[in-house]
Amino acid sequence: MSNATEVTRGEVCAVAVAEAFRGDGEILASFFGTVPAVGGRLARLTFAPDLLMTDGIATAVETTPPVSGKPSEEPVFGAWLPFRTIFDVVWSGKRHVVMVASQIDCHGNHNFACIGPFEKPKAQLLGMRGAPGNTINHRTSYWIPNHSDKVFVEKVDVVSGVGYDRAAELGERTARFHDIRRVVSNLGVFDFETPDHSMRLISVHPGVSVEEVVENTGFKLVIDGETPESRTPSDEELRLIREVIDPEGFLNREVTG
Amino acid sequence: MDKRTSEREVIAELRDGMTIGIGGWGSRRKPMSLVREILRSDLRDLTIVSYGGPDVGLLCAAGKVAKLIYGFVSLDSIPLEPHFRKARQQASFRAAELDEGMLQWGLLAAAHRLPFLPTRAGLGSDVMKINPELARVKSPYEDGEELVAMPALELDVALIHMNRADALGNGQFLGPDPYFDDLFCLAAKRRFMSCERIIPTEDFQKEGSIHTVKINRMMIDGVIEARGGAHFTECPPDYGRDEAFQKEYAATAKDPAAWQTFWSTYLALDCEADYQEAVRRR
Repeated sequence: MSNATEVTRGEVCAVAVAEAFRGDGEILASFFGTVPAVGGRLARLTFAPDLLMTDGIATAVETTPPVSGKPSEEPVFGAWLPFRTIFDVVWSGKRHVVMVASQIDCHGNHNFACIGPFEKPKAQLLGMRGAPGNTINHRTSYWIPNHSDKVFVEKVDVVSGVGYDRAAELGERTARFHDIRRVVSNLGVFDFETPDHSMRLISVHPGVSVEEVVENTGFKLVIDGETPESRTPSDEELRLIREVIDPEGFLNREVTG
Repeated sequence: MDKRTSEREVIAELRDGMTIGIGGWGSRRKPMSLVREILRSDLRDLTIVSYGGPDVGLLCAAGKVAKLIYGFVSLDSIPLEPHFRKARQQASFRAAELDEGMLQWGLLAAAHRLPFLPTRAGLGSDVMKINPELARVKSPYEDGEELVAMPALELDVALIHMNRADALGNGQFLGPDPYFDDLFCLAAKRRFMSCERIIPTEDFQKEGSIHTVKINRMMIDGVIEARGGAHFTECPPDYGRDEAFQKEYAATAKDPAAWQTFWSTYLALDCEADYQEAVRRR
């Protein structure tokens, strides 16, 4: 199992999402998509044990129920977290959300609301949902299973999640909780740790070239020297993903390779 | 006071152009029998405020909506509400899309009879652009922070659905989440609650803990007993979502003929009882 060639792209992506939660402490980890659901659980079962998760309905779950397959233990429920409490958590900042993106630009402006002009969209998508409030109140990461220049774009059609350029315009005080930690795609991992907070490639997944990332990105990425490969799961992490968290390998349906 | 009434009497009270808040969330515990009565009526040009699900999709498909104030519209198991999407893509109503927390804040401001409540949510996003009437407010204290002044969402009418209620207008949710139904009621001039069963007041605590009686009778003007009234949205523990029916409903967005059939089979009926019968027969 330690043979890296056997590790799937989905598993590498899950590790990258897990890494986004490193050091978060006792906050609510929320995620959309299968790979983030696996990655969040992996973080909690290894280096981020204090993360709080919900059952996806209205209750915190103190066990770590699997994403697929038969649970090996009865879930243990903790606190009641109806939507009203979730909103309180969002606005008080004790949360790190991984959201999906239909479009994202070099400053981390995010769109999953609609494609085309807002007044008469070509495609109505999710709407604003909680993205404006999330991004201005607490840590946010993004998961993009289909990296292409249709998603990584020069300019998003509608801004649902706030990017670094817009946060800067609000001034330091208003934007003090704005923090886009990571962007994880099926090709690589990105952050905004650059002088002007434009998106930087920090690693490419095994089997992916830097050129492939650049070709599929609709804006100029910051690339510092040699780009390392994304971290692959340790034997123990691989065991947790395959035997405990996602025995049926749902994450390999969301991203292939 | 006995507040028992019917869908027909409630909807007969409504007028064109009114602002109507609808409780529940997505495809969960929606007052669908009241929505269906609106579909049967001549009402039009409505402003709808909702954590939207099929209530919004159906009202859009029937051409009832002039303006929609919302954070999302979803069927949960079907993430994008197809009838709402279609109406949006045809620009058939004015879309006031907000962050979902801002919606709560607008209802709370109205409930507390405040002109607005400040929030950080919305700043820097296009919520500010697509809702040009949204103003900012500066903290009068030392920090001087700039915030959004989320205006009160004052409702003419609130419609909610509960698991249990009594004839006085006390209401009980037995599922996992009260959503924001109490705020919808507090934000509205007239408040109507449908429920799965009207029970004697003394029976509430046989059904659930005291904490589940979230709606008090000062918040309610009329109570309607509507078994299956949330169909096809979920109403646990009484029933789950009717996923097969929801799929059938969603599929009709692609095909005008299918929508016509759906409309005549389930909606262009005389009353809620006929709807429930049509659902049983299928």
